[in-house]
Amino acid sequence: MSNLAHDTIDTAMAQGGQECLTFTLGEEEYGIDILKVQEIRGYDAVTRIANTPAFIKGVINLRGVIVPIVDMRIKFNLGKVEYNEFTVVIILNVAGRVVGMVVDGVSDVITLAPDQVRAAPELSSSLDTKYIMGLGTVEGRMIILIDIETLMSSRDLELVDSVS
Amino acid sequence: MSIDMSQFYQVFFDEAAEHLAAMETLLLAIDLQAPDPDDLNAVFRAAHSIKGGAGTFGFTDITEVTHILETLLDRIRKNELALRSEMVDAFLQAGDVLKSQLEFHRDGTPVDEAAVASICATLHQLSGDAPQEATPAASAPVAHAVGTPDAQGHRYQIEFRKLGKVKLTPLLDELARHGTVTMSDEKKNGSVSVVFDSTIGEDELWEMLEFVVSRKQVSVTQTAAEPADVADDDGFGFFDDAPGVPAADEGFGLFVSEEQLKADREADDGFGFFADAPGSEQLGKAVEPTPASAASAPPPRPSPAPAANAEASSIRVNVEKVDQLINLVGELVITQAMLAQTTAQADPVLYENLINSVSQLERNTRDLQEAAMSIRMLPISFVFSRFPRVVRDVAGKLGKQVELRTIGEGTEIDKGLIEKISDPLTHLVRNSLDHGIESPEKRIAAGKDPKGTLTLKASHQGGNIVIEVSDDGGGLSRERILSKARERGLAVSDQMPDQEVWQLIFAPGFSTAEVVTDVSGRGVGMDVVKRNIESIGGRVELSSVPGSSTTVTIRLPLTLAILDGMSVAVQNEVFIIPLGYIVESLQPAKADVKTVAGEGRVVSVRGEYLPLLALHSILNIEPRTRAPHEGILVIIESDGVKAALFVDDLVGQHQVVIKSLETNFRKVPGIAAATIMGDGRVALILDVTALARMARANDLSTVSA
Repeated sequence: MSNLAHDTIDTAMAQGGQECLTFTLGEEEYGIDILKVQEIRGYDAVTRIANTPAFIKGVINLRGVIVPIVDMRIKFNLGKVEYNEFTVVIILNVAGRVVGMVVDGVSDVITLAPDQVRAAPELSSSLDTKYIMGLGTVEGRMIILIDIETLMSSRDLELVDSVS
Repeated sequence: MSIDMSQFYQVFFDEAAEHLAAMETLLLAIDLQAPDPDDLNAVFRAAHSIKGGAGTFGFTDITEVTHILETLLDRIRKNELALRSEMVDAFLQAGDVLKSQLEFHRDGTPVDEAAVASICATLHQLSGDAPQEATPAASAPVAHAVGTPDAQGHRYQIEFRKLGKVKLTPLLDELARHGTVTMSDEKKNGSVSVVFDSTIGEDELWEMLEFVVSRKQVSVTQTAAEPADVADDDGFGFFDDAPGVPAADEGFGLFVSEEQLKADREADDGFGFFADAPGSEQLGKAVEPTPASAASAPPPRPSPAPAANAEASSIRVNVEKVDQLINLVGELVITQAMLAQTTAQADPVLYENLINSVSQLERNTRDLQEAAMSIRMLPISFVFSRFPRVVRDVAGKLGKQVELRTIGEGTEIDKGLIEKISDPLTHLVRNSLDHGIESPEKRIAAGKDPKGTLTLKASHQGGNIVIEVSDDGGGLSRERILSKARERGLAVSDQMPDQEVWQLIFAPGFSTAEVVTDVSGRGVGMDVVKRNIESIGGRVELSSVPGSSTTVTIRLPLTLAILDGMSVAVQNEVFIIPLGYIVESLQPAKADVKTVAGEGRVVSVRGEYLPLLALHSILNIEPRTRAPHEGILVIIESDGVKAALFVDDLVGQHQVVIKSLETNFRKVPGIAAATIMGDGRVALILDVTALARMARANDLSTVSA
């Protein structure tokens, strides 16, 4: 069986598949381009910034670099918002910036072949469909593929100056 | 294979800029009556180095200008022409033209072709009205060289063999267009030998040859060009051993052949060592080819040596690398602070060694940090050095006599500040020249020396760098400023203290100049100067004694990367207030805090009512206390506006490393930057100017929006 699984991954890669890091927010599973991920770390003391939306938790010191932390659970109203030793922060490197993102949990690294990805239907949700690159299917699970770069540099997240 | 030459361009641009700067400094210092031959040589060398570099990279426009410049300089150097002030002017202008040409090659900024042409013409004309001893032989190669400035002569011995039916005439004609072709006699077996003197390279020559004949039929040997009979190849103008020109004109030992060197030794004046000697003696020396004198003459030129030394003692490093180093050291300081905090709790008896080592580490890190910061430090002479020129030009334009004095050029200042300080300083200097120092007639009438003095002074004072621009001119007129202020509808009174009156000058659009001149007086300026300086954390002060002086004092932090801060706490959150803005901290009496219209609170501090800003309400924090008399008031001042900032506690005073919030985030109103505290947490640095502005607007919504 494991051989078979390897084969499918290999063929997926050969077909120009995309490697994704998947994480969970509540019951939902999301995938982002693994090349945008810098590292995964635990959640520690965050310095709050006044007058910012609740989902911007504040900034941390990541080896001397000031990095803002966004809590996706608050932003998309998913999962239980609590901070403990199991809380995971994905540090992303998008649009020349380093940004941390709090999620419920990191599950897997998978390779999705183009034929495993379907376009997302038009629907109304707090996550604008323009940020959804597609819906992937792996072993019966649906993975929502997000264009994390666009999402993180969007005005919705208030991480960049609105002037630009 | 093509080598990417552009990687070397930057080096050339940097070097050329340095040479130009050196040239300008020397030219400005030169004494017209008795120019120092060493200086002239140095100017010549600078021009020549630029030409050499430009030639290498194919910047022919630069080589052209430098060449003409060099020709004129060379003649002055050799005492063929006397140095005149218009020559110095022309040289300075040529320097400007070269600068703009360099910019063109570097950034693509267009060059004013008319200026280039006019300066070339001026230089030509200046070198043209030469005394009679200048033989046509000397000027002819120069004229030619303008066309092919980067040319270097080669002599080729070309032998054609087994030509058969190939006709050589067209080829030879073609060659003749690029140089001088001398036919040697035709040999029996049909081979022809030709001597070809030209400026073209061997590769190029081969290209031309192969057009007509095959490689087998021809052989080319390059022989050293003989300058004496090759008038055409004198690209550099100083290989010309033409009769009538002293052989000793070789400013450049680097290019001097053995033979020429010997000539040099015989006629020594090129070195300038005997320049002071009267002509007859010079001649006597020159015709004295004794072995002793030859031996005593320094073999190659000694002058390039110092340049080589300077190169060895400094290296060019990308600023990014330095910044990275400074950042890393900053990290180390933080780690060290964390370690110190942890060991502070350890039992001193059990961990004596550890505690000792940690305190040693602290010393070492501090030294390391200082050393790393010093890499970014440059002497302020980098800024000051441009002013002799500014003063000369502006004073000349205004018909004033001004002497510039600079004091403390060695004072070191952060490179980032150097870039930001030069514009405001230039403005202040021009202002002083225009409004401060009076015309010679007025000065004589006032019983002063007709020559005014402008002083630039830099010094360290505590953690600050103080730069003073002072002049011994007419000083500021209190009445004029006040009447102008009234005209502009500013609230002023005759009782205002001087200091406040002078501050009016910094109001936007304020100018008391009677006449708007080309130099200044348009009323844009002092406010910009003040704003620029404040944006880099500095302060501007002005003092003036009517009739005798005006002094503008600029205080700057030592560096942009580190800030002296007071940390304050609201509940358990820590914020940093830059120390420079803090006037005092106090705990008010309950009765001192009053409300206005039931809402706005003011506090009376020694009879002055200051608006009270509660940091907890600005930043939406639940405070330990809401009663000002239970907390601390930090009196801040920015832009001359004072306010009382209400916080829970004062934590302490530290030096903090400034980290930008905007690198990965965005600008946050009320927050200037962030820093990392000893415990590794991030603390935010408050933007005092913004807070003070809020106090003035009395509108907290601007920040909470």
